[in-house]
Amino acid sequence: MTADVKLASAAEAAEASRASRPTILSIEGVDKVFGRDVVALKNMSLDVRQGDFISLLGPSGCGKSTALRLVAGLSHPTKGRIRWHVPNEPGALSVVLQEPTLMPWATVADNVFLPFRLQGKSRASVQDAIDETLKLVGLQDFHGAYPRELSGGMKMRVSIARAMVTRPKLILMDEPFAALDEITRFKLNNDLLAMQAKIQSTVIFVTHSVFESVFLSDRIVVMAARPGRVIEEIGVNEPYPRQEEFRTSAEYAAQCRLASEALGRAMEDAA
Amino acid sequence: MSDAALQTPASEVADAEERQRLRAKRVQSIGTWLLPVVVAVLAIYGWYMLVTVNEIPHYILPGPDRVLQALIEDWSSLWQSWKVTATITTLALALAVSVGVGLAVLFNLSKWVEMSFFPYAVVLQVTPIVAVAPLIFIYVVDIDLGFVTIEDRTIGLLICAWIVAFFPILSNTTLGLSSADHNLRDLFNVYGATRWQRLRYLQAPSALPYFLGGLKISGGLSLIGAVVAEFVAGTGGIGSGLAFRILEASYRLNIPRMFAALFLIVITGIAIFAATSLLSHLLLRKWHESAIKREV
Repeated sequence: MTADVKLASAAEAAEASRASRPTILSIEGVDKVFGRDVVALKNMSLDVRQGDFISLLGPSGCGKSTALRLVAGLSHPTKGRIRWHVPNEPGALSVVLQEPTLMPWATVADNVFLPFRLQGKSRASVQDAIDETLKLVGLQDFHGAYPRELSGGMKMRVSIARAMVTRPKLILMDEPFAALDEITRFKLNNDLLAMQAKIQSTVIFVTHSVFESVFLSDRIVVMAARPGRVIEEIGVNEPYPRQEEFRTSAEYAAQCRLASEALGRAMEDAA
Repeated sequence: MSDAALQTPASEVADAEERQRLRAKRVQSIGTWLLPVVVAVLAIYGWYMLVTVNEIPHYILPGPDRVLQALIEDWSSLWQSWKVTATITTLALALAVSVGVGLAVLFNLSKWVEMSFFPYAVVLQVTPIVAVAPLIFIYVVDIDLGFVTIEDRTIGLLICAWIVAFFPILSNTTLGLSSADHNLRDLFNVYGATRWQRLRYLQAPSALPYFLGGLKISGGLSLIGAVVAEFVAGTGGIGSGLAFRILEASYRLNIPRMFAALFLIVITGIAIFAATSLLSHLLLRKWHESAIKREV
Protein backbone atom coordinates (compact mmCIF):
# COMPACT_ATOMS: atom_id res chain seq x y z
CA MET A 1 0.00 0.00 0.00
CA THR A 2 2.66 2.50 1.04
CA ALA A 3 4.84 1.28 -1.77
CA ASP A 4 1.98 2.03 -4.17
CA VAL A 5 1.55 5.50 -2.76
CA LYS A 6 5.29 6.13 -3.02
CA LEU A 7 5.28 4.88 -6.57
CA ALA A 8 2.31 7.08 -7.38
CA SER A 9 3.85 10.25 -5.97
CA ALA A 10 7.17 9.51 -7.64
CA ALA A 11 5.27 9.01 -10.85
CA GLU A 12 3.58 12.40 -10.45
CA ALA A 13 6.90 14.09 -9.79
CA ALA A 14 8.54 12.43 -12.76
CA GLU A 15 5.55 13.23 -14.90
CA ALA A 16 5.69 16.88 -13.87
CA SER A 17 9.41 17.11 -14.60
CA ARG A 18 8.88 15.55 -18.01
CA ALA A 19 6.05 17.90 -18.84
CA SER A 20 8.12 20.94 -17.93
CA ARG A 21 10.76 20.22 -20.58
CA PRO A 22 10.45 21.97 -23.95
CA THR A 23 9.03 20.00 -26.85
CA ILE A 24 11.56 19.61 -29.65
CA LEU A 25 9.48 17.63 -32.11
CA SER A 26 5.85 16.65 -32.52
CA ILE A 27 4.30 13.91 -34.56
CA GLU A 28 0.84 15.22 -35.37
CA GLY A 29 -1.87 12.79 -36.46
CA VAL A 30 0.38 10.97 -38.87
CA ASP A 31 -0.84 8.21 -41.21
CA LYS A 32 1.47 6.22 -43.44
CA VAL A 33 -0.03 4.09 -46.15
CA PHE A 34 2.13 1.94 -48.44
CA GLY A 35 0.78 1.17 -51.87
CA ARG A 36 -3.00 1.37 -51.96
CA ASP A 37 -4.13 -0.06 -48.67
CA VAL A 38 -1.27 -1.26 -46.48
CA VAL A 39 -1.72 0.99 -43.44
CA ALA A 40 1.64 0.96 -41.70
CA LEU A 41 0.77 3.72 -39.28
CA LYS A 42 -2.61 5.13 -38.26
CA ASN A 43 -3.15 8.49 -36.60
CA MET A 44 0.03 8.62 -34.56
CA SER A 45 0.66 11.60 -32.33
CA LEU A 46 3.61 12.07 -30.02
CA ASP A 47 5.38 15.01 -28.44
CA VAL A 48 9.07 14.45 -28.05
CA ARG A 49 10.48 16.61 -25.26
CA GLN A 50 14.07 17.54 -24.73
CA GLY A 51 15.97 14.90 -22.75
CA ASP A 52 13.34 12.21 -23.30
CA PHE A 53 14.43 8.64 -23.75
CA ILE A 54 11.41 7.26 -25.57
CA SER A 55 11.04 3.60 -26.47
CA LEU A 56 8.66 2.60 -29.21
CA LEU A 57 7.70 -0.90 -28.08
CA GLY A 58 5.59 -3.30 -30.10
CA PRO A 59 5.34 -6.48 -32.14
CA SER A 60 6.65 -6.60 -35.69
CA GLY A 61 4.39 -4.79 -38.11
CA CYS A 62 3.26 -2.17 -35.56
CA GLY A 63 4.86 0.64 -37.53
CA LYS A 64 7.57 1.50 -35.02
CA SER A 65 10.32 1.49 -37.62
CA THR A 66 8.05 3.33 -40.04
CA ALA A 67 7.55 6.03 -37.40
CA LEU A 68 11.32 6.30 -36.99
CA ARG A 69 11.87 6.61 -40.74
CA LEU A 70 9.26 9.36 -40.87
CA VAL A 71 10.99 11.32 -38.11
CA ALA A 72 14.34 10.77 -39.85
CA GLY A 73 12.87 12.29 -43.01
CA LEU A 74 13.58 9.12 -44.97
CA SER A 75 9.91 8.82 -45.87
CA HIS A 76 6.99 11.19 -45.78
CA PRO A 77 3.62 10.97 -44.03
CA THR A 78 0.57 10.16 -46.14
CA LYS A 79 -1.42 12.35 -43.75
CA GLY A 80 -0.56 14.57 -40.81
CA ARG A 81 2.85 16.08 -40.21
CA ILE A 82 6.10 15.96 -38.31
CA ARG A 83 6.96 19.33 -36.81
CA TRP A 84 10.35 20.37 -35.51
CA HIS A 85 10.26 23.03 -32.77
CA VAL A 86 14.00 23.51 -32.84
CA PRO A 87 16.02 24.14 -35.99
CA ASN A 88 16.63 20.84 -37.79
CA GLU A 89 20.09 21.87 -38.92
CA PRO A 90 22.80 19.49 -40.12
CA GLY A 91 24.09 17.46 -37.20
CA ALA A 92 20.93 17.95 -35.13
CA LEU A 93 19.61 14.53 -36.02
CA SER A 94 21.37 11.20 -36.22
CA VAL A 95 20.44 7.55 -36.57
CA VAL A 96 21.65 4.16 -35.45
CA LEU A 97 20.22 1.33 -37.50
CA GLN A 98 19.80 -2.35 -36.73
CA GLU A 99 22.88 -3.08 -38.83
CA PRO A 100 26.02 -1.20 -37.80
CA THR A 101 26.03 0.20 -41.38
CA LEU A 102 29.69 1.15 -41.47
CA MET A 103 31.63 1.91 -44.61
CA PRO A 104 33.86 -1.17 -44.99
CA TRP A 105 36.51 0.80 -46.90
CA ALA A 106 36.97 3.37 -44.13
CA THR A 107 38.70 3.09 -40.77
CA VAL A 108 36.83 3.47 -37.50
CA ALA A 109 37.90 7.11 -37.21
CA ASP A 110 36.90 7.85 -40.82
CA ASN A 111 33.51 6.26 -40.23
CA VAL A 112 32.94 8.42 -37.18
CA PHE A 113 34.14 11.46 -39.16
CA LEU A 114 31.39 10.91 -41.78
CA PRO A 115 28.65 13.23 -40.36
CA PHE A 116 31.17 16.08 -40.12
CA ARG A 117 32.57 15.34 -43.56
CA LEU A 118 29.07 15.60 -45.04
CA GLN A 119 28.73 18.97 -43.30
CA GLY A 120 31.85 20.06 -45.14
CA LYS A 121 34.02 20.30 -42.03
CA SER A 122 37.73 19.61 -42.13
CA ARG A 123 39.17 16.64 -40.30
CA ALA A 124 41.49 18.81 -38.22
CA SER A 125 38.67 20.98 -36.91
CA VAL A 126 36.75 18.02 -35.49
CA GLN A 127 39.56 15.62 -34.53
CA ASP A 128 39.02 16.38 -30.83
CA ALA A 129 35.33 15.53 -31.06
CA ILE A 130 36.16 12.24 -32.83
CA ASP A 131 38.80 11.29 -30.24
CA GLU A 132 36.51 12.17 -27.38
CA THR A 133 33.56 10.24 -28.79
CA LEU A 134 35.61 7.14 -29.53
CA LYS A 135 36.78 7.30 -25.94
CA LEU A 136 33.18 7.64 -24.81
CA VAL A 137 32.23 4.38 -26.55
CA GLY A 138 35.41 2.67 -25.34
CA LEU A 139 37.14 2.38 -28.72
CA GLN A 140 39.99 4.83 -28.18
CA ASP A 141 42.50 2.16 -29.26
CA PHE A 142 40.77 1.35 -32.54
CA HIS A 143 41.06 4.57 -34.59
CA GLY A 144 42.83 2.88 -37.48
CA ALA A 145 40.95 -0.44 -37.43
CA TYR A 146 38.74 -1.47 -40.33
CA PRO A 147 35.16 -2.60 -39.57
CA ARG A 148 35.86 -6.19 -40.62
CA GLU A 149 38.41 -6.46 -37.82
CA LEU A 150 35.80 -5.67 -35.16
CA SER A 151 33.25 -7.84 -33.35
CA GLY A 152 29.51 -7.23 -33.74
CA GLY A 153 29.32 -5.33 -30.47
CA MET A 154 32.31 -3.15 -31.35
CA LYS A 155 30.86 -2.34 -34.77
CA MET A 156 27.69 -1.21 -33.03
CA ARG A 157 29.79 0.98 -30.74
CA VAL A 158 31.33 2.63 -33.80
CA SER A 159 27.83 3.17 -35.18
CA ILE A 160 26.78 4.79 -31.88
CA ALA A 161 29.93 6.92 -31.84
CA ARG A 162 29.12 8.14 -35.34
CA ALA A 163 25.62 9.07 -34.17
CA MET A 164 26.89 10.91 -31.09
CA VAL A 165 29.92 12.67 -32.53
CA THR A 166 27.97 15.76 -33.63
CA ARG A 167 26.26 15.95 -30.22
CA PRO A 168 22.86 15.82 -31.92
CA LYS A 169 19.64 17.07 -30.38
CA LEU A 170 17.85 13.85 -31.33
CA ILE A 171 19.19 10.34 -31.87
CA LEU A 172 16.97 7.74 -33.54
CA MET A 173 17.82 4.12 -32.81
CA ASP A 174 16.15 1.31 -34.73
CA GLU A 175 16.57 -1.94 -32.75
CA PRO A 176 20.32 -1.37 -32.62
CA PHE A 177 21.07 -4.31 -30.34
CA ALA A 178 18.59 -6.86 -31.71
CA ALA A 179 21.24 -8.83 -33.56
CA LEU A 180 23.67 -9.01 -30.63
CA ASP A 181 23.96 -11.72 -27.98
CA GLU A 182 22.35 -11.01 -24.62
CA ILE A 183 25.56 -10.46 -22.67
CA THR A 184 26.78 -7.89 -25.19
CA ARG A 185 23.33 -6.34 -25.29
CA PHE A 186 23.18 -5.82 -21.50
CA LYS A 187 26.64 -4.31 -21.53
CA LEU A 188 25.73 -1.98 -24.38
CA ASN A 189 22.47 -1.00 -22.64
CA ASN A 190 24.43 0.03 -19.54
CA ASP A 191 27.02 1.86 -21.60
CA LEU A 192 24.42 3.58 -23.74
CA LEU A 193 22.83 5.10 -20.63
CA ALA A 194 26.25 6.24 -19.42
CA MET A 195 27.02 7.85 -22.80
CA GLN A 196 23.57 9.39 -22.97
CA ALA A 197 24.11 10.92 -19.50
CA LYS A 198 27.28 12.57 -20.85
CA ILE A 199 25.94 13.97 -24.09
CA GLN A 200 22.36 14.68 -22.95
CA SER A 201 20.65 14.00 -26.26
CA THR A 202 17.04 13.08 -26.74
CA VAL A 203 16.59 9.49 -27.90
CA ILE A 204 13.83 7.62 -29.69
CA PHE A 205 14.61 3.94 -29.40
CA VAL A 206 12.71 1.26 -31.31
CA THR A 207 12.69 -2.18 -29.70
CA HIS A 208 10.60 -5.30 -29.33
CA SER A 209 12.14 -6.14 -25.95
CA VAL A 210 10.11 -5.18 -22.88
CA PHE A 211 13.19 -5.52 -20.66
CA GLU A 212 15.31 -3.30 -22.83
CA SER A 213 12.66 -0.61 -23.08
CA VAL A 214 12.09 -0.49 -19.31
CA PHE A 215 15.77 -0.43 -18.50
CA LEU A 216 16.60 2.33 -20.97
CA SER A 217 13.69 4.69 -21.27
CA ASP A 218 11.61 7.09 -19.23
CA ARG A 219 8.70 6.92 -21.65
CA ILE A 220 7.50 3.72 -23.29
CA VAL A 221 5.12 4.12 -26.20
CA VAL A 222 3.35 0.80 -26.70
CA MET A 223 2.19 0.14 -30.25
CA ALA A 224 -0.12 -2.41 -31.87
CA ALA A 225 -0.06 -3.89 -35.36
CA ARG A 226 -2.49 -3.99 -38.28
CA PRO A 227 -2.91 -1.11 -38.52
CA GLY A 228 0.20 0.19 -36.74
CA ARG A 229 -0.89 2.59 -34.00
CA VAL A 230 -0.12 3.83 -30.48
CA ILE A 231 -2.00 1.93 -27.76
CA GLU A 232 -0.74 3.61 -24.64
CA GLU A 233 2.17 5.37 -23.03
CA ILE A 234 3.88 4.21 -19.84
CA GLY A 235 6.25 6.33 -17.76
CA VAL A 236 9.26 4.68 -16.13
CA ASN A 237 10.03 6.73 -13.07
CA GLU A 238 13.38 5.34 -12.02
CA PRO A 239 15.71 8.33 -12.09
CA TYR A 240 18.87 8.41 -14.21
CA PRO A 241 21.65 7.44 -13.98
CA ARG A 242 20.41 3.88 -13.74
CA GLN A 243 22.80 1.23 -12.63
CA GLU A 244 23.00 -2.47 -13.26
CA GLU A 245 21.20 -3.04 -9.89
CA PHE A 246 18.02 -1.59 -11.39
CA ARG A 247 17.72 -4.77 -13.46
CA THR A 248 17.25 -6.89 -10.35
CA SER A 249 15.07 -4.45 -8.38
CA ALA A 250 11.39 -4.85 -7.52
CA GLU A 251 10.55 -1.59 -9.33
CA TYR A 252 12.10 -2.95 -12.52
CA ALA A 253 10.04 -6.14 -12.22
CA ALA A 254 6.88 -4.13 -11.58
CA GLN A 255 7.54 -1.84 -14.56
CA CYS A 256 8.28 -4.81 -16.79
CA ARG A 257 4.98 -6.36 -15.76
CA LEU A 258 3.12 -3.14 -16.57
CA ALA A 259 4.78 -2.92 -19.97
CA SER A 260 4.21 -6.60 -20.69
CA GLU A 261 0.53 -6.27 -19.86
CA ALA A 262 0.24 -3.28 -22.16
CA LEU A 263 2.02 -5.21 -24.89
CA GLY A 264 -0.37 -8.11 -24.25
CA ARG A 265 -3.32 -5.76 -24.79
CA ALA A 266 -1.65 -4.50 -27.96
CA MET A 267 -1.33 -8.06 -29.25
CA GLU A 268 -4.96 -8.81 -28.40
CA ASP A 269 -6.03 -5.67 -30.23
CA ALA A 270 -4.14 -6.71 -33.28
CA ALA A 271 -5.73 -10.17 -33.28
CA MET B 1 60.35 -25.24 -13.32
CA SER B 2 57.26 -27.39 -12.81
CA ASP B 3 55.24 -24.94 -14.91
CA ALA B 4 57.64 -25.22 -17.81
CA ALA B 5 57.67 -29.00 -17.52
CA LEU B 6 53.86 -29.07 -17.63
CA GLN B 7 53.60 -26.72 -20.58
CA THR B 8 56.27 -28.10 -22.80
CA PRO B 9 54.58 -31.30 -24.01
CA ALA B 10 51.29 -29.59 -24.77
CA SER B 11 52.95 -26.79 -26.69
CA GLU B 12 55.11 -29.28 -28.57
CA VAL B 13 52.06 -31.17 -29.81
CA ALA B 14 50.47 -27.94 -30.91
CA ASP B 15 53.74 -26.93 -32.54
CA ALA B 16 53.98 -30.16 -34.50
CA GLU B 17 50.49 -29.68 -35.93
CA GLU B 18 51.10 -26.02 -36.51
CA ARG B 19 54.39 -26.78 -38.23
CA GLN B 20 52.63 -29.21 -40.53
CA ARG B 21 49.99 -26.63 -41.40
CA LEU B 22 52.64 -24.00 -42.06
CA ARG B 23 54.57 -26.42 -44.23
CA ALA B 24 51.45 -27.21 -46.25
CA LYS B 25 50.84 -23.49 -46.70
CA ARG B 26 54.43 -22.91 -47.84
CA VAL B 27 54.28 -25.79 -50.30
CA GLN B 28 51.07 -24.39 -51.72
CA SER B 29 52.46 -20.89 -52.13
CA ILE B 30 55.55 -22.23 -53.89
CA GLY B 31 53.38 -24.48 -56.06
CA THR B 32 51.37 -21.51 -57.28
CA TRP B 33 54.51 -20.24 -59.01
CA LEU B 34 56.44 -23.39 -59.59
CA LEU B 35 53.79 -25.56 -61.25
CA PRO B 36 53.06 -23.24 -64.21
CA VAL B 37 56.81 -22.86 -64.75
CA VAL B 38 57.29 -26.64 -64.71
CA VAL B 39 54.43 -27.02 -67.19
CA ALA B 40 55.99 -24.40 -69.46
CA VAL B 41 59.42 -26.05 -69.33
CA LEU B 42 57.93 -29.48 -70.08
CA ALA B 43 55.85 -28.09 -72.95
CA ILE B 44 58.83 -26.33 -74.52
CA TYR B 45 60.95 -29.45 -74.13
CA GLY B 46 58.18 -31.57 -75.67
CA TRP B 47 57.90 -29.10 -78.54
CA TYR B 48 61.66 -29.20 -79.07
CA MET B 49 61.71 -33.02 -79.06
CA LEU B 50 58.73 -33.21 -81.42
CA VAL B 51 60.43 -30.96 -83.94
CA THR B 52 63.85 -32.61 -83.62
CA VAL B 53 62.80 -36.25 -83.60
CA ASN B 54 60.35 -35.91 -86.49
CA GLU B 55 62.69 -33.59 -88.36
CA ILE B 56 59.87 -31.14 -89.04
CA PRO B 57 61.09 -28.38 -91.38
CA HIS B 58 61.26 -24.95 -89.72
CA TYR B 59 58.94 -23.34 -92.30
CA ILE B 60 56.18 -25.63 -90.98
CA LEU B 61 56.92 -25.74 -87.27
CA PRO B 62 60.10 -24.15 -85.95
CA GLY B 63 61.58 -25.38 -82.71
CA PRO B 64 61.76 -23.12 -79.66
CA ASP B 65 65.46 -22.53 -80.37
CA ARG B 66 64.66 -21.03 -83.77
CA VAL B 67 61.92 -18.85 -82.28
CA LEU B 68 64.37 -17.54 -79.72
CA GLN B 69 66.88 -16.92 -82.47
CA ALA B 70 64.28 -14.96 -84.47
CA LEU B 71 63.39 -12.98 -81.38
CA ILE B 72 67.04 -11.97 -80.93
CA GLU B 73 67.86 -11.36 -84.60
CA ASP B 74 64.72 -9.37 -85.38
CA TRP B 75 64.68 -7.67 -82.02
CA SER B 76 64.98 -4.10 -83.31
CA SER B 77 62.01 -4.34 -85.69
CA LEU B 78 59.94 -6.41 -83.27
CA TRP B 79 60.70 -3.94 -80.49
CA GLN B 80 59.57 -1.02 -82.68
CA SER B 81 56.36 -2.88 -83.46
CA TRP B 82 55.84 -3.82 -79.83
CA LYS B 83 56.07 -0.15 -78.89
CA VAL B 84 53.35 0.68 -81.44
CA THR B 85 51.02 -2.07 -80.22
CA ALA B 86 51.70 -1.26 -76.57
CA THR B 87 50.98 2.42 -77.18
CA ILE B 88 47.67 1.71 -78.94
CA THR B 89 46.72 -0.73 -76.18
CA THR B 90 47.54 1.70 -73.38
CA LEU B 91 45.78 4.62 -75.03
CA ALA B 92 42.73 2.48 -75.82
CA LEU B 93 42.56 1.29 -72.22
CA ALA B 94 42.92 4.84 -70.90
CA LEU B 95 40.16 5.96 -73.26
CA ALA B 96 38.00 2.99 -72.25
CA VAL B 97 38.45 3.83 -68.57
CA SER B 98 37.68 7.53 -68.95
CA VAL B 99 34.72 7.10 -71.30
CA GLY B 100 33.43 3.99 -69.47
CA VAL B 101 33.58 5.58 -66.02
CA GLY B 102 32.36 8.94 -67.33
CA LEU B 103 29.34 7.38 -69.00
CA ALA B 104 28.62 5.22 -65.95
CA VAL B 105 28.58 8.31 -63.73
CA LEU B 106 26.38 10.11 -66.23
CA PHE B 107 24.02 7.14 -66.39
CA ASN B 108 23.90 7.11 -62.62
CA LEU B 109 23.17 10.83 -62.37
CA SER B 110 20.39 10.70 -64.92
CA LYS B 111 18.06 7.81 -65.60
CA TRP B 112 17.03 9.59 -68.82
CA VAL B 113 20.56 9.56 -70.17
CA GLU B 114 20.90 5.90 -69.24
CA MET B 115 17.63 4.94 -70.91
CA SER B 116 18.58 6.90 -74.02
CA PHE B 117 22.13 5.69 -74.52
CA PHE B 118 22.63 2.34 -72.83
CA PRO B 119 21.10 0.38 -75.73
CA TYR B 120 23.65 1.94 -78.08
CA ALA B 121 26.49 0.97 -75.79
CA VAL B 122 25.18 -2.58 -76.12
CA VAL B 123 25.03 -2.19 -79.91
CA LEU B 124 28.70 -1.18 -79.93
CA GLN B 125 29.52 -4.16 -77.75
CA VAL B 126 27.73 -6.79 -79.82
CA THR B 127 28.91 -5.62 -83.22
CA PRO B 128 31.94 -7.71 -84.27
CA ILE B 129 34.86 -5.33 -84.52
CA VAL B 130 36.28 -6.99 -87.64
CA ALA B 131 33.02 -6.14 -89.39
CA VAL B 132 33.08 -2.43 -88.53
CA ALA B 133 36.81 -1.83 -88.63
CA PRO B 134 37.06 -1.41 -92.45
CA LEU B 135 34.37 1.27 -92.27
CA ILE B 136 36.14 3.05 -89.45
CA PHE B 137 39.37 3.14 -91.44
CA ILE B 138 37.52 4.80 -94.33
CA TYR B 139 36.23 7.68 -92.26
CA VAL B 140 39.10 8.57 -89.92
CA VAL B 141 41.37 11.48 -90.81
CA ASP B 142 44.63 12.85 -89.44
CA ILE B 143 44.25 15.00 -86.37
CA ASP B 144 46.61 17.94 -86.06
CA LEU B 145 47.12 18.88 -82.43
CA GLY B 146 49.60 21.61 -83.33
CA PHE B 147 52.62 20.11 -81.61
CA VAL B 148 51.97 16.62 -82.94
CA THR B 149 49.90 15.08 -85.72
CA ILE B 150 48.09 11.85 -84.99
CA GLU B 151 47.88 9.69 -88.08
CA ASP B 152 44.48 8.57 -89.32
CA ARG B 153 45.61 4.96 -89.03
CA THR B 154 46.51 5.33 -85.38
CA ILE B 155 43.15 6.93 -84.69
CA GLY B 156 41.35 4.09 -86.46
CA LEU B 157 43.24 1.49 -84.41
CA LEU B 158 42.51 3.42 -81.26
CA ILE B 159 38.79 3.59 -81.99
CA CYS B 160 38.61 -0.14 -82.74
CA ALA B 161 40.52 -1.13 -79.60
CA TRP B 162 38.45 1.27 -77.54
CA ILE B 163 35.14 -0.14 -78.80
CA VAL B 164 36.23 -3.63 -77.81
CA ALA B 165 37.55 -2.57 -74.42
CA PHE B 166 35.13 -0.05 -73.00
CA PHE B 167 31.95 -2.04 -72.42
CA PRO B 168 33.07 -4.16 -69.42
CA ILE B 169 34.14 -0.99 -67.64
CA LEU B 170 30.89 0.78 -68.46
CA SER B 171 28.61 -2.06 -67.41
CA ASN B 172 30.57 -3.01 -64.30
CA THR B 173 30.91 0.56 -63.08
CA THR B 174 27.23 1.25 -63.76
CA LEU B 175 26.33 -1.80 -61.69
CA GLY B 176 28.80 -0.84 -58.96
CA LEU B 177 27.52 2.72 -58.62
CA SER B 178 24.02 1.46 -57.91
CA SER B 179 25.18 -1.30 -55.56
CA ALA B 180 25.85 0.88 -52.51
CA ASP B 181 24.40 -0.55 -49.31
CA HIS B 182 20.84 0.81 -48.95
CA ASN B 183 21.26 1.41 -45.21
CA LEU B 184 24.31 3.55 -45.94
CA ARG B 185 22.30 5.41 -48.55
CA ASP B 186 19.65 6.13 -45.89
CA LEU B 187 22.36 7.30 -43.55
CA PHE B 188 23.76 9.69 -46.15
CA ASN B 189 20.24 11.06 -46.66
CA VAL B 190 19.74 11.62 -42.93
CA TYR B 191 23.02 13.54 -42.81
CA GLY B 192 21.92 15.66 -45.74
CA ALA B 193 24.60 14.53 -48.19
CA THR B 194 24.62 16.35 -51.53
CA ARG B 195 24.49 14.42 -54.80
CA TRP B 196 28.21 14.95 -55.25
CA GLN B 197 29.06 13.84 -51.70
CA ARG B 198 27.04 10.68 -52.15
CA LEU B 199 28.89 9.94 -55.38
CA ARG B 200 32.29 10.72 -53.93
CA TYR B 201 32.08 9.12 -50.50
CA LEU B 202 29.55 6.32 -50.96
CA GLN B 203 29.01 5.26 -54.55
CA ALA B 204 32.59 5.56 -55.81
CA PRO B 205 34.10 3.34 -53.09
CA SER B 206 31.21 0.86 -53.44
CA ALA B 207 31.80 0.71 -57.20
CA LEU B 208 35.57 0.32 -56.93
CA PRO B 209 35.65 -3.52 -56.76
CA TYR B 210 33.23 -3.72 -59.70
CA PHE B 211 35.28 -1.23 -61.71
CA LEU B 212 38.48 -3.15 -61.04
CA GLY B 213 36.80 -6.37 -62.19
CA GLY B 214 35.87 -4.58 -65.42
CA LEU B 215 39.39 -3.18 -65.76
CA LYS B 216 40.90 -6.67 -65.62
CA ILE B 217 38.72 -7.76 -68.53
CA SER B 218 39.18 -4.54 -70.49
CA GLY B 219 42.97 -4.65 -70.14
CA GLY B 220 43.09 -7.90 -72.09
CA LEU B 221 40.42 -6.76 -74.51
CA SER B 222 42.23 -3.55 -75.42
CA LEU B 223 45.26 -5.61 -76.47
CA ILE B 224 43.04 -7.98 -78.46
CA GLY B 225 41.29 -4.96 -80.01
CA ALA B 226 44.59 -3.36 -80.97
CA VAL B 227 45.86 -6.57 -82.60
CA VAL B 228 42.63 -7.45 -84.40
CA ALA B 229 42.19 -3.92 -85.72
CA GLU B 230 45.67 -3.96 -87.17
CA PHE B 231 44.97 -7.23 -88.93
CA VAL B 232 42.01 -5.54 -90.56
CA ALA B 233 43.85 -2.29 -91.28
CA GLY B 234 46.54 -4.33 -92.96
CA THR B 235 48.76 -1.49 -94.18
CA GLY B 236 52.40 -1.78 -93.25
CA GLY B 237 55.68 -0.03 -93.30
CA ILE B 238 57.29 1.89 -90.51
CA GLY B 239 55.03 2.40 -87.52
CA SER B 240 53.17 -0.89 -87.74
CA GLY B 241 52.45 -3.03 -84.76
CA LEU B 242 53.02 -6.67 -83.91
CA ALA B 243 49.94 -7.86 -85.83
CA PHE B 244 51.41 -6.51 -89.03
CA ARG B 245 54.75 -8.21 -88.27
CA ILE B 246 52.85 -11.49 -88.02
CA LEU B 247 51.05 -10.89 -91.32
CA GLU B 248 54.27 -9.84 -93.01
CA ALA B 249 56.20 -12.85 -91.69
CA SER B 250 53.44 -15.20 -92.85
CA TYR B 251 53.65 -13.82 -96.40
CA ARG B 252 57.37 -14.54 -96.31
CA LEU B 253 56.88 -17.95 -94.71
CA ASN B 254 59.08 -16.75 -91.85
CA ILE B 255 57.33 -18.92 -89.27
CA PRO B 256 59.88 -18.43 -86.44
CA ARG B 257 59.27 -14.72 -86.68
CA MET B 258 55.50 -15.24 -86.44
CA PHE B 259 56.04 -17.19 -83.26
CA ALA B 260 58.37 -14.55 -81.90
CA ALA B 261 55.80 -11.79 -82.47
CA LEU B 262 53.06 -13.95 -81.02
CA PHE B 263 55.24 -14.57 -77.99
CA LEU B 264 55.58 -10.81 -77.44
CA ILE B 265 51.81 -10.35 -77.65
CA VAL B 266 51.22 -13.10 -75.10
CA ILE B 267 53.83 -11.66 -72.72
CA THR B 268 52.18 -8.25 -73.05
CA GLY B 269 48.75 -9.72 -72.26
CA ILE B 270 50.11 -11.47 -69.19
CA ALA B 271 51.82 -8.27 -68.07
CA ILE B 272 48.57 -6.32 -68.41
CA PHE B 273 46.69 -8.95 -66.42
CA ALA B 274 49.36 -8.97 -63.72
CA ALA B 275 49.38 -5.18 -63.51
CA THR B 276 45.59 -4.87 -63.21
CA SER B 277 45.49 -7.70 -60.66
CA LEU B 278 48.18 -6.01 -58.61
CA LEU B 279 46.34 -2.68 -58.76
CA SER B 280 43.15 -4.39 -57.66
CA HIS B 281 44.94 -6.12 -54.80
CA LEU B 282 46.57 -2.91 -53.60
CA LEU B 283 43.32 -0.95 -53.62
CA LEU B 284 41.15 -3.60 -52.00
CA ARG B 285 43.41 -5.54 -49.65
CA LYS B 286 42.47 -3.51 -46.59
CA TRP B 287 38.74 -3.99 -46.74
CA HIS B 288 37.21 -6.01 -49.57
CA GLU B 289 36.28 -9.66 -49.11
CA SER B 290 37.87 -10.65 -52.41
CA ALA B 291 41.32 -9.46 -51.35
CA ILE B 292 41.36 -10.49 -47.71
CA LYS B 293 43.25 -13.58 -46.65
CA ARG B 294 41.55 -15.20 -43.69
CA GLU B 295 43.57 -16.85 -40.96
CA VAL B 296 42.19 -20.35 -40.57
